[in-house]
Amino acid sequence: MGDVTHSMTLDASEQGFATTRVDALLGWARKYSLFSYPFVTACCGMEFMALTSPRFDVARFGAEAPRFSPRQADLLWVVGTISQRQGPVLKRIYEQMMEPKWVFAFGTCASSGGFYDNYTTVPGIDKIIPVDVYIPGCPPRPEGVLDGLMLLQDKIARNERRPGVVKPRFDPAHSADNLVHLRRSARDPRDLVPELKKEEAEAERIANGGTS
Amino acid sequence: MSQAVLDKLKERFGTAILETSSSFGDETAVVEPSQWKSVCTFLREDPALDFDMPVDLCAVDYPNRAPRLEVVMHLYSVPLRHRIRLKARVGDEDANGAELDSVTAIWPGMNWLERETWDMSGVRFRGHPDLRRILMYPEFEGHPLQRTYPADRTQPLVAYRTEGEAGMPLGKLEPFGPDEGMPFGRDALPRSEES
Repeated sequence: MGDVTHSMTLDASEQGFATTRVDALLGWARKYSLFSYPFVTACCGMEFMALTSPRFDVARFGAEAPRFSPRQADLLWVVGTISQRQGPVLKRIYEQMMEPKWVFAFGTCASSGGFYDNYTTVPGIDKIIPVDVYIPGCPPRPEGVLDGLMLLQDKIARNERRPGVVKPRFDPAHSADNLVHLRRSARDPRDLVPELKKEEAEAERIANGGTS
Repeated sequence: MSQAVLDKLKERFGTAILETSSSFGDETAVVEPSQWKSVCTFLREDPALDFDMPVDLCAVDYPNRAPRLEVVMHLYSVPLRHRIRLKARVGDEDANGAELDSVTAIWPGMNWLERETWDMSGVRFRGHPDLRRILMYPEFEGHPLQRTYPADRTQPLVAYRTEGEAGMPLGKLEPFGPDEGMPFGRDALPRSEES
């Protein structure tokens, strides 16, 4: 136990109550009690399993309780590719959820269709339903998903409905100067490694019949 | 390896076997489409052939050829451990009139494979008990694996939201933009006023 370096007196708490705005209190209460509806369709589901299991432990953020009825859920995880054939199903699930409700686009396919730029796939679930947080990655790392979850909690706390995107922690496009470019040297490699010259002379001697 | 199968086919059907070839142990016979079903019946019922396992069925589109679609079937004999590939060329240069006899009565397992070939490539199988689309939905028009199907044509079942409905641009986001499409940051959280 460390020493107490400073203390703070809350005047109201001595009387047994604190004041706040009702929407702020509601947002604070909602953001730690998200009931999830996992709509898992593809390989991103493996990362979703990692996220919900003890190593990454989404329970730390109060979002671990899955509800397999959309009526009881308020956070829709769209995890994986949505084919055109699944579009009506996804829309219906979303419509069955109670307000307030939030949607995660988990992974590149749910966010934009990914590389399935063809007849099979919905090019991003935001073409069908509103999305609150986009989590890029193919699949996203669980840390990225947790970043997205915290982003959503911020949004809920501030009653913010504009969509957000999880940023990469390291942006290769801004770090091009630090990249190492490998080029073939203009110098003769035999000048650098003398053994090559010896071996070449030996090979030539054998090719000429082993004489001299 | 199954050269004997090809020899037997040629002996039995003569000119109805249009071509044969073999490479790397895969024996192939190109069959006259009208003889497709009788060749398959022979392969299934002859005790020296005994092909009891329908491995695969699909079609390949060659847009510059006159019979444009080539139906490819792979068969395997579990007791005799040999395999063969059968091909039949059907359809005109617009892939119209691509028809072939169904072999579902010979191998029930061909049922869904023939439906898939119909769905993806547009080969109609005469006598199939239930020739519906299997991968795409009934509203879908055309056959997506034909080369003439436009690469960027989608047929959504749900009407897409307009940008007006969404209140935001719905185009794909720029990668690595300054804000990554995020109009606020976590630092912008209003601080509590205790300080």
